[in-house]
Amino acid sequence: MTIDWDWIRRNLLEGSIWQATQEHLMHTVIAVGVGLIVSFALSLAVLRWPRTYAPITWVTGILYTIPSIALFTFLVPIFGLTSIFTAQVALVSYTLLILIRNIVAGIRGVPDHVVEASRGMGMTERRIFLDVQLPLALPAIIAGVRVAAVTTVGLVTLTVIVGQGGYGLFILRGIGRRFLTEALVGTLLAVLMAIVIDRGLVLLERLATPWAQRRRPA
Amino acid sequence: MIRLESVRKVFPGATAPAVTSLSLEIPEGEFVTLVGPSGCGKTTTLKMINRIIEPTSGTIEVGGQDVLSIEPHLLRRSIGYVIQQVGLLPHRTVEQNIATVPRLLGWPRDRIEARVAELVEMVGLEHEMRDRYPAELSGGQQQRVGVARALAADPPVLLMDEPFGAVDPIVREHLQMEFKDLWRRLGKTVVFVTHDIDEAVRMGTRVAILNIGGILEQYDRPEEILANPASEFVARFLGEERGLRRLGLLPVSSATLERGPVVDVSAGPSEARAVMDRHEVDWVGLLDGNRLLGWVPASEIGSTPLRDLEPREFLVRLRPDDSLRRALDAVVTSRTRVGVVVGDEGYLGMLDVETVAEEITE
Repeated sequence: MTIDWDWIRRNLLEGSIWQATQEHLMHTVIAVGVGLIVSFALSLAVLRWPRTYAPITWVTGILYTIPSIALFTFLVPIFGLTSIFTAQVALVSYTLLILIRNIVAGIRGVPDHVVEASRGMGMTERRIFLDVQLPLALPAIIAGVRVAAVTTVGLVTLTVIVGQGGYGLFILRGIGRRFLTEALVGTLLAVLMAIVIDRGLVLLERLATPWAQRRRPA
Repeated sequence: MIRLESVRKVFPGATAPAVTSLSLEIPEGEFVTLVGPSGCGKTTTLKMINRIIEPTSGTIEVGGQDVLSIEPHLLRRSIGYVIQQVGLLPHRTVEQNIATVPRLLGWPRDRIEARVAELVEMVGLEHEMRDRYPAELSGGQQQRVGVARALAADPPVLLMDEPFGAVDPIVREHLQMEFKDLWRRLGKTVVFVTHDIDEAVRMGTRVAILNIGGILEQYDRPEEILANPASEFVARFLGEERGLRRLGLLPVSSATLERGPVVDVSAGPSEARAVMDRHEVDWVGLLDGNRLLGWVPASEIGSTPLRDLEPREFLVRLRPDDSLRRALDAVVTSRTRVGVVVGDEGYLGMLDVETVAEEITE
């Protein structure tokens, strides 16, 4: 059980670690970004027609429970073995349930009296949504994005089986060759990326919600 | 002026109408309180005026215009609105909250800024609070911001739904008095919902008492309602201490004051004794011209000139604008069993329990 520092140095210099990092990050950002857009659209539908909430959470809930390897396998005949779509359709699917729940809960969690006062002052419904409900739902939405992003970083390590790069390549190859260093580097880097993204989102939330940071010094 | 004519509201799925058929005229510049038990439709009535709730049938006019003919959001920008939970925007500073309606109306920046500064002062907030968020304010301060925000675009009409219901009693009384003062200065038409009859009679220049289903039981000046309840329901709603409540609304100056057992310090001791005999009391008040010096007990009046006596202070001195309720309290707690009234120009007279009682039964 020794670490092959030479392998690490070589791969850093050759750029393969850097390339894997870029691929991994790209897959994560695309999946969470697309997931956010789709979730947002579905959440708007839920907020407008509350009856759609049950079927939407039911379908996304099922997607969420399908084992990821099975889902990749299922998508291969549709998009092909090494297509980015095979990876992304699966990854996006896993973000939906968490994101929709948090967006809907965030918007619904805005106190009624705040909405009523806004309406009473003559804001249009559109303005109430954009200027009042959405900003106030931001902490809940970002909380959802954090969970979705961390989950996605983990799942992207599996997309190697449908021909996508990322840290999964190190893990898969390391295990196959019984080469501990390579598997460990892939694993630790994935964990590190998850932590960095999570902390980054916390920071973003603080910057975006200054009102929630200051409380009653008076 | 606000006019409601045969206004009816039936909520979907409800068996009985929330408001059956309400007609009410609120003249310009009046402070009308809507009061009644829960379920009497007072809040529903208020919210129909700015179309937060749409009436099922009937007409509502504000300033001669049918509210149903105006786009709701445009209508609301011309009507101030204050609710119990205040409903300040938690993510906006005090300044931004107050500026909400002027911004919707597209006022230029410097005009908004000047108006905000004016309002902050008007409602008694500190200028350094302008950059705070609502969560950093006390309940009373939040409601002041709420009032400032409602007044921002200088609307002629203000709708208030239990605006001081969520603050503690001491702060509430403070806010009530301040707001009444503000109303006197600004001359707005105010419609004010409350479930508290004391608040209703204290704040309103007119009180509308509503029964379940929006039935208007009585609509009159508060003194009149307390003196002559129009129905059994109103009398019951006004409660046990109706007489005392009425006294709370009447100023001392409305009672007929008596000169009482007083003599000028230039008079002789025998004259003082004569005054005491006439009033059948064992003390006498001493005056120096218009100035009330105090009182002395009969036992101290001998041969010494009155000027050389040391008069005791009347513990409570009433002013003409104090309420008769306060006067009654002064009378029953004072050693001399009278309330002395002193105005800017000096001694005005006295009142006793009888005088106050006459005002109750009048």
